[in-house]
Amino acid sequence: MEIKKTSLHQLHQDNKAKFVEFAGYQMPIQYSEGIVEEHKYTRNHSGIFDVSHMGQLFIYGGEDLMKDLEKIFPLDLKNLKLNRSKYSFLMDKDAGIYDDLIITKINEGFLIILNAACKDNDFKMLKELLKNKYKMVLDHNRSLIAIQGPKSSQILNDVVNGVKDLNFMLGNWFSFENQKVYITRSGYTGEDGFEISIPNDLADKFTRELINKGSKLIGLGARDTLRLEAGLCLYGHDLDKDKTPVEANLKWAISKERISQGDFIGSDIIIEQLNNGVSKIRVGIKPEGRIIAREKTKIFNQLDVHIGEITSGTFGPSVNGPVAMGYVENEFSKKNTKVLLEVRGKKHPASVCSLPFYKKSYVKGVN
Amino acid sequence: MSEVKYSKEHEWIKLDGDVATIGITKHATEMLGDIVFAELPEKGSNVEKDGTAGVVESTKAASDVYTPVSGEVVDTNQAIVDDPSKINEDPENTAWFFKLKIKDLSEMDTLMNKDDYDKFAKETSA
Repeated sequence: MEIKKTSLHQLHQDNKAKFVEFAGYQMPIQYSEGIVEEHKYTRNHSGIFDVSHMGQLFIYGGEDLMKDLEKIFPLDLKNLKLNRSKYSFLMDKDAGIYDDLIITKINEGFLIILNAACKDNDFKMLKELLKNKYKMVLDHNRSLIAIQGPKSSQILNDVVNGVKDLNFMLGNWFSFENQKVYITRSGYTGEDGFEISIPNDLADKFTRELINKGSKLIGLGARDTLRLEAGLCLYGHDLDKDKTPVEANLKWAISKERISQGDFIGSDIIIEQLNNGVSKIRVGIKPEGRIIAREKTKIFNQLDVHIGEITSGTFGPSVNGPVAMGYVENEFSKKNTKVLLEVRGKKHPASVCSLPFYKKSYVKGVN
Repeated sequence: MSEVKYSKEHEWIKLDGDVATIGITKHATEMLGDIVFAELPEKGSNVEKDGTAGVVESTKAASDVYTPVSGEVVDTNQAIVDDPSKINEDPENTAWFFKLKIKDLSEMDTLMNKDDYDKFAKETSA
């Protein structure tokens, strides 16, 4: 299969990107300044992320669609107001996670943002689950660009007037070059920011304007260190089919209203786990010193018993130290529990900690 | 002081009498990206030519550091353990990794000179 390129490919090349293949796309892992500088620039100023490889699924419909989607997602969609976004999951009947996603109520129906590696399978599954009743478009004609960091609101507002008045997890249609762009105040870095769904032929021009206003392109490498410091999960690593949202410590994303009703895919298991607890759970792990514990690092208790595994770990440039998360047996999940991490055959001390590692600065709003 | 030699694993080695100073090349640091962790061999330990003698990690991945010659570790550079970003800043000078009392001087003959290494680095990264 031929490797796919996003509409910003030329711009990435112009900015001396190093590319990697990710989910069938050629994506920038970093630019000339490197991951640490890009990470810090996002935290202190503003960074632009090409996330056009992610799926933008438009599903068109009204009340019936809303009801059918409630049978799939653990969300109170009835009370989801126009242009509001929610984080959720596509699960199997055992509550194993097929994908994590953001669903937004739009005028014509719903917009769902899907992970790149999962989007084609998600589309197929949702089409079957919705029995082909609704028009569904996995839109390849639109790019998705995120701008994140404290200066982003001003920078984006200079290019698209009015966006700075959006609240967190709220979206709307705006206009750029007389074409419709859908912008939500959201992101995945722990910073205030926006995600912009824009027609492919405008993406390059739009992004160059953001750069002219002082934002910088940031690669997938820094996107990973930023989201990990913010305690956010990466699908395929921290989340997969063998883990449920309760085990992933994401029960805040499951609507209480819906738990009392049940009747969504995986609801039996979710309700059972909420009532009786889980055997393993996702926690933050802070290694002592500088040792980096990466994915698949084994976690032991102080008696040298294997109690879990790291699912993401790296060096956090803003924390200025190693950061990790993983799953441990429930009894070891309390904050400050001392554990050992096996790295290159040696056991290194670490402790269970709360997430995020880096305090977020989202704009407050109704949500 | 003799000329600096280079290995195919992107280490440099500078000989002063029978003590060799070893580090990783600028080219290696450019391939690795920002280095955020360094682990060095223990002082007094013996290392074998082409064996592992340390680790460097970028935000993305861990990579082994090999020793291009055999010998006893007589000194290590704690400064790069405390601040690994020094390795990106000055890899072929102040950010050396370790010093060896060299066991077999003839092992130096298996290594490349600067011109050959530059050519090798260019070919293998293309």
